[in-house]
Formats: sequence, C-alpha cells, structure tokens
Amino acid sequence: MANVISDETIEYVGILAKLELSKEEKEEAKKDMGRMLDYIDMLNELDTSGVEPMSHVFAMNNVFREDVVTNGDDRDNMLKNAPECKDGAYKVPKTVE
Amino acid sequence: MSRQYETVIGLEVHVELATRTKIFCGCSTEFGGAPNTHTCPVCTGMPGSLPVLNKQVVEYALAVGLATNCRINQYCKFDRKNYFYPDNPQNYQISQLYLPICHDGWVEIETLAGRKKVGIHEIHMEEDAGKLIHDEWDDCTLVDYNRSGVPLIEIVSEPDMRSADEVIAYLEKLRLIIQYLGASDCKLQEGSMRADVNLSVREAGAGEFGTRTEMKNINSFKAIARAIEGERKRQIEVLEEGKKVIQETRRWDDNKESSRAMRSKEDAQDYRYFPDPDLTPVVISDQWIQEIRDRQPELRTEKMVRYQEEFQIPQYDAEILTDSKHMADIFEATVELCKKPKEVSNWLMVEAMRLLKEHGQDPEDIAFSPEHLARLIQMVDSGVINRTVAKTVFEEIFAHNVDPDAYVEEKGLKVVNDEGTLRKTIEEIVAANPQSVEDYHNGKEKAMGFLVGQTMRAMKGKADPAMVNKIVKEFLIKEK
Repeated sequence: MANVISDETIEYVGILAKLELSKEEKEEAKKDMGRMLDYIDMLNELDTSGVEPMSHVFAMNNVFREDVVTNGDDRDNMLKNAPECKDGAYKVPKTVE
Repeated sequence: MSRQYETVIGLEVHVELATRTKIFCGCSTEFGGAPNTHTCPVCTGMPGSLPVLNKQVVEYALAVGLATNCRINQYCKFDRKNYFYPDNPQNYQISQLYLPICHDGWVEIETLAGRKKVGIHEIHMEEDAGKLIHDEWDDCTLVDYNRSGVPLIEIVSEPDMRSADEVIAYLEKLRLIIQYLGASDCKLQEGSMRADVNLSVREAGAGEFGTRTEMKNINSFKAIARAIEGERKRQIEVLEEGKKVIQETRRWDDNKESSRAMRSKEDAQDYRYFPDPDLTPVVISDQWIQEIRDRQPELRTEKMVRYQEEFQIPQYDAEILTDSKHMADIFEATVELCKKPKEVSNWLMVEAMRLLKEHGQDPEDIAFSPEHLARLIQMVDSGVINRTVAKTVFEEIFAHNVDPDAYVEEKGLKVVNDEGTLRKTIEEIVAANPQSVEDYHNGKEKAMGFLVGQTMRAMKGKADPAMVNKIVKEFLIKEK
C-alpha cells in the first residue's frame, strides 16, 4: 500500500463525518482509505493532458422545472420521518447556548 | 493613536429571490406559513429524493449579473457544501463553488467622498437553510424547514470599500437594482437581503491586507454602520496592543453594540465541496443571455433621467421618487391617470414622505391606489375641494385608501362657491374685528391675513381661498 493514512488524518476525517471510531475500527478505516487512494492513484498513470475535466457523468444539461407550485401541505406525512416533533416542528437537541 | 489606519471591507450579500417556488422543488416560498407546511422530501433531504432546478432562479441570477456588469459563466454547475447542522437537513447545502453563474462585475457608488466602482467577485445560486427556534419550555430546538430550499443568490464583492458610508451606498445600489429587476423585495429587516461584512484594517499606505474577520447577523443599514465602526475600533485596539487579529467569524450583537467570536467548533471550516451529481450542468446560450437583456426593465438611473426630461421633475425629486421601485410605480401609475406629473410628485414628495416619516414606515409600505390620488388631484384642480381640505383627504387616502369622492361627499367637504354665503360671513367677521380693519389701513398688511384666516375657519376650511381673498379686500377698501 503506497498511501499511508496517519492517525491525525483518520481522527480529523472522523470528526468531519461525525463518526466515533474504536481503536480497531480506526486501524481498519486507515487501511481502507489507503487502498482507495492507491486505486485512485492509478488514474495518474494515464496521460490526461488535453482531456476536458468531466463535471457530470451524463451528457445532459439544462434540466429545469417551471416556477409553479406543485406541492401542498404534507406536514403530517413529513413529520412521520422525525424521531421527535413538537408543535409541527422537528425537535432536536438544543443548538444555541 | 499615533498611527493612521485604513479599513478594508468586502461584503457577502445574500438575496432571497422572488420566485413562487423553491429552487429545487415545487414547494411554495410564501413567507409566514405554519411550520413545515411548505416542505417535501426534496427540501427536507430525504434519501432518494431528487432536486430539479427552477428555471426562474437562473433567469433572476442572470438578470442581476447583467445589471451589475458581470461576465456570465455560460457553463455553470452546482456543488455540495458539506456541514452538519439541524437547519440543513441534507447535511450539505447545494451551492456553486467552482463555476458560479456570474463573475467579475462592478457597480458604481456615490458617497460624499465621490464616485467609485465596487468590484463584484462573483454571484452564485444556492439554497437557503431552515429556521431554528429555541424552545425555552423543553430546553430544546425546534426546526421549521419552510425556508429550506428557498432560492438565494450570494453576491460577493471585492474588498473595495473603505468606510461604512461606502458599504451602505453599495448595499443601496444593489437593493435598487434588484428591486427594479423584480428579482427580490430586498428587505433587510425581514431577512430577504442579508449582509456578512468582511473587515480588516491596515496601516495607511501598507500594500498588503490585514487579517480579516467576518461578521454575520446584521439586519439593518444602521446596525451595519455600527458593526463596522465597532469592529474597526476593536481591530485597531488589538493591533495597538501589539497583538494579532485572528481570522474568525464574529456575531454582531446590535443591542450590546459589540461583537463576539462564534464558537471555534462552528469555525472548523472544511466544507469538502464537490460537484453535485444529482444536478446537471446549466448551459447558457448567447441567445438566452440576449433574451434576458431584452427583457431587462428600466433601471433606476435611466428612470431618474427620464423623469427629469419627460416630466420636468427636478433632479432631487426624481432621486427621491425613484429611490423605491414601489414609489416610482405609484408615481407613474398616478401620472398616467391624471397627467399632472408635478402635482403627483408634490403629493408624494411632501405629504406622503411626511406621513411615512411620522409612522416610521418605508416607501415600500405605501398602500393606497393610484386611482385615488389621481382623483384627489383632479378634485383640487377642478375646484371641488381646496388645498387645505385636500391635505386632510390625502391623509385618509394614505391611511385607509378611501375613495376621495365618497369621503368628501360624506364629510361635506366641498368648496363653498356660493358668493352670498361667503359675503355674509365676511361681513360679520369684518364687523367683529374693527381693530384688524384699522391695522390694515395703518399699513399692516398682515391684518388682512388674519381676517382671511378667520373666514376660512368660519367656513370650516371649505371656502375657495382666492375668492375669500378677493371679497375680504373689497370689504376693507369699502370700509375706508
């Protein structure tokens, strides 16, 4: 494995992804990430000079909708997805000090 | 303070676009609905839901870009900005980082320091976040996603401003352009226009910029001016103490008139942007740009010039009338009806502005119909009511949009043109005020004014002042 992921990196990525990993899981994740980067590195073996960077996998563009209201009040259904709700709102742990 | 400092300011302005629906779904953008009644799987980030771009958002963004002299990225796309916060149900905001729709524009501003151009770095399209409400009772936070997915454009300026005056002139300029385009109502207080201020100070003459801070959460022009002054002072104090300004986001508290650093956790800015695979690129043809250009309405500067030329309105008046698109619309609609531009301008400039000031309102709040003002002007013109009465009627039109014909009829405010009644009243008043008559004959011109005033009072303001003047004079000459 050419790419070696440091403890700091896996810690940082864990924080960004809001994941708490055990010591064993961290070791596994380091190996997985290293292998992924090795795989991606294969692309560097190709000469891509003169190739336009691809920004989308489909050769499609300008998929639009008109500015017309199509959705009504479906709150009761929507709130069924919430672990907790109150007064028609999603209830979450306190966010402000 | 021995050293001289220069303040360097750039702005990030978020503007809520006036579309009927959200940027990526068919939910209504209407303000003030009960919590979560304008939501669907797309704007609440349900797995498997797919966003589809509202074409009107692109058109508004293009219109603002063209009106601010921007270059258009004819191939643009959306990216995901990743962060976790309950107001953002997808855990990413769909925005534009790599290829924003507009870039490298400018607007011209004018302050006491003169005219200058403020550069626009870029304008990009993005979605708004939901609203968090703190619940004291349960000590938790409640989330309303009605605003989630409301379309925004973010206008990022170059760090070209040097004072609060310039910042406000720039914001006013943007507000007027965008309002005239109909792309947003741009109300700072209601949050449809929001400004983040990036500010740094440097010693005068220094080539490099100092470390900047960003201030969020400022919702009025006055608060922005205070926040700029407060932050400028704070940074200079830090530098004078020999310390360094830390690059951070600060929250301005206008009540305390001070800012404080937001928690460093919120500052951990690693958004890991990447292209959004759910949305296809937007390709903007020359023809599309031309169509938007052709549809561009008359903007403020052109309107101001036209008012002066077409209606012979003084420049100052034209500036006030066009300072609000709404006011300009009322002006034009009324002129169209009564064909008396100077009269309409006077009513709006003098009476309407006075009443707005008294009520602490903005020109945007004017709610009367042009038909009623036009009719009032015709009534004065044809002598149905006099000017004094007209002012009272205007107050009613302004406050309750009353129909002037009906109101004048109901209150019996028509001018009394019956010369007999007038003569009788004046005769009594002249007889009752011999001192004034004597004063007049002793050369005190003012005494006549007193008698005219008394007559108008006796007639409850409904007499034709010209006629009263004429008859009072006749009596005075006769008395001699």
